[in-house]
Amino acid sequence: MNERELVVVGGGPAGMAAALGAAAAGVKDILLLERDQHLGGILNQCIHPGFGLHRFKAELTGPEYADRFVRETLQNPAIEVSLRSFAVKLTNTLKLSYLRPGALEEVKAKAVILATGCRERTREMIPISGSRPAGIYPAGLAQKMINMEGWIPGREAVIVGSGDIGLIMARRMALEGMKVKAVIEIQPKSRGLARNVAQCLDDYGIPLYLSHKIVRIEGSNRVERVIAAAVDGDFCEKPGTRFEIACDTVLISVGLIPENELLEMSGAEIDRKTNAPVANEVNRTSVPGVFACGNACRVYDLVDWVTRDSEKAGAMAAQHIREGK
Amino acid sequence: MQTTEKYDALIIGAGVTGAAIARELSKYKLRILLLEKEAEPAFGVSKSNSGIIHAGTQNPPDSLKGRLCVQGNRLIREIARELGVHFVEVGQLIVVFSESDVPELEKIKREGEELGIENMSIVRRDWLAVHEPNLSPDIPAALYVPSAGIISPYRLVYDLTENAVKNGAVLKTSHKVTGIKRLSGGPHRFEVEAAGDRYQARFLINAAGLFADKVSAMAGVADFKITPRKGEEYLLDKKRENMANHLVFPLPTPTSKGILIIKTSDGNPMIGPTASETGDRRDLSTTDEGFREVLAGARKMMPSVEKGDIIAYFAGLRPAAGKDFIIRHESAAPGLVNVAGIQSPGLTAAPAIAVMVAGLLKDNGLVLTPKKNFHSAREKTTHLFEIPLSRTRELIQKDPAYGDIVCRCEMVSAKEIRDAIRRGARTMDGIKFRTRAQAGRCHGGFCTTRIMKIMQEELGMNAEEITKRGEGSELVREERRHE
Repeated sequence: MNERELVVVGGGPAGMAAALGAAAAGVKDILLLERDQHLGGILNQCIHPGFGLHRFKAELTGPEYADRFVRETLQNPAIEVSLRSFAVKLTNTLKLSYLRPGALEEVKAKAVILATGCRERTREMIPISGSRPAGIYPAGLAQKMINMEGWIPGREAVIVGSGDIGLIMARRMALEGMKVKAVIEIQPKSRGLARNVAQCLDDYGIPLYLSHKIVRIEGSNRVERVIAAAVDGDFCEKPGTRFEIACDTVLISVGLIPENELLEMSGAEIDRKTNAPVANEVNRTSVPGVFACGNACRVYDLVDWVTRDSEKAGAMAAQHIREGK
Repeated sequence: MQTTEKYDALIIGAGVTGAAIARELSKYKLRILLLEKEAEPAFGVSKSNSGIIHAGTQNPPDSLKGRLCVQGNRLIREIARELGVHFVEVGQLIVVFSESDVPELEKIKREGEELGIENMSIVRRDWLAVHEPNLSPDIPAALYVPSAGIISPYRLVYDLTENAVKNGAVLKTSHKVTGIKRLSGGPHRFEVEAAGDRYQARFLINAAGLFADKVSAMAGVADFKITPRKGEEYLLDKKRENMANHLVFPLPTPTSKGILIIKTSDGNPMIGPTASETGDRRDLSTTDEGFREVLAGARKMMPSVEKGDIIAYFAGLRPAAGKDFIIRHESAAPGLVNVAGIQSPGLTAAPAIAVMVAGLLKDNGLVLTPKKNFHSAREKTTHLFEIPLSRTRELIQKDPAYGDIVCRCEMVSAKEIRDAIRRGARTMDGIKFRTRAQAGRCHGGFCTTRIMKIMQEELGMNAEEITKRGEGSELVREERRHE
């Protein structure tokens, strides 16, 4: 079995900052595992501007923001990057197994940082009843389809939830010629940043229905319509307020869940409601030597703060290694 | 140009019933055609099946259902072995909430024994505390039925179909039957029109599930009606895989077996189903009421089940035609064998139904000559999620693509996706049912585009041509191509 000082799982903004933070704090032997074929994580599909205002005092797109860290990471002699590498197992003794094309690798580390990001909450978790036709996508998947592949998912869309990804996607689809007929938010105010409500909905004349929910999705093969209704203070449907919106696409943007299945496997304590690690300090977990940073630790609004806190996670791991616990 | 192909046996419907019949008949020297209206086999009733291989309890001793279920429970083990389908005899518990209901369990046991079910026993709280520890302490007793088991319903259909085709049967998907004409004079007594082509057959086997009454009427027998009964099922996260050790049933009601806790061969526990009659044969919607009913029913038996455990849900339609199965040769339309009303326990009974149908064909003049070169075995499909890491290591050394993970929630490799396509998957649902990719907690959020690209590579499709489950369910409206 290979031995390493530090293994970082995830090559998005959190993982890169953690690896760079650890290297800056003196760790010389860092393995960075990334599942995809390139570093950068979800930033690569976030082609809109608004990243780096705090960190770089500049307004960058996601790929531009990522690129600054990708270069640094690849040039840093203390960091070895392994792409298309998928961690499958982590023990509380810090043995980690990962698959890559052609090999199952096992490595023992002095510290592990999990920067595994998060996944999107799904239609099934809300839950919305009705049928299950094609045309229902998590907003991030629709973003990937449009921005990475050039695939336009539909012609007329309704977005469930006014989180930032949903708002950004409303504008993105409008720019691609799709008709965005409504953003439906169950809360009395938007969950996204105020600037996104203004720049992504108001500027494009996209209606935002606050205190509303989708009651049903209808359609046999492809989405045909949704049934919406107003809700009261307890989020229950107000009788007599149902209305129908014809559409062929429904985007779900109702929040993110830290992706901590690997952490859970190591025996760490996880909050069953939020799926975040239970610990008394950011970046820590209940397993000594295992750290979690970025959206795996808690869901952030801005990548700038992910970078800041993840660099700290690198320093914390460095300290753990130095103290030889 | 229109051609007319001729067959000895033409089977309508590639669900588990039609697939089992096709495979059974492919043991003999016959020309067999299997027509399916959907884009892939198992896309009708079978895809919503809960995957339970019933022991046969709770069926009247003199019913077709009861007899064929007990036979099927025995036959399916051999078929699973031959085809490499994962079958596990997990056993079943029928639980009661009051000591006063124990006589009901004794009655089920007695009736089961009449059908030939073996090794049943009444177990008590102390046994349950050890063997099913998450069960509600309010349950004082249960009937333990060890011969019940679980299987993947769609993988069983795919593997039966694949094996039938290997043995010479012809499968045509996206072939909806639009007309049936009875011919006179020659040995071929039916002419079936589907997807613009005509097929002549000596014997016609109607395994058309929800549409069996319509198909039968087309062939001249309109004396039964399918009344769909909807069932909603809710799937839990794989993290709860070991919450139950057995299939857990409450005492049945007159119309249904109740809300069950179901182990599945994919690992994810399932809770459900509801039971409500619906007039609409395409109504696969789930409801808020169904959600509440299922969750409450499951929590009553296992209080630790939580709303947050649910990662997916769906509805299926049971093709009911009265109380029992209808399996008979129709003397009013000689050559027509109806196999209708195959609701629960149809999956379990399917292999026995197939044997019975072969017998009916023989009794009515079809000569069954066994093939010398029947291929009973099929190479088992590999799923990384069901093998230990040490075995995964060996596989990766043989083929690096096993180390290329596409679906992170369910750990499905690019190699498995490509194999599924090479074995016939043509839609996103077909890939999901075969491999489990997209079936986990993220619902394809991460892997959908990757799977679509593999489909493009394997099948030379445009993105706009890729569907969820056949024509009309396209995922992408337009591909922006670089000029």
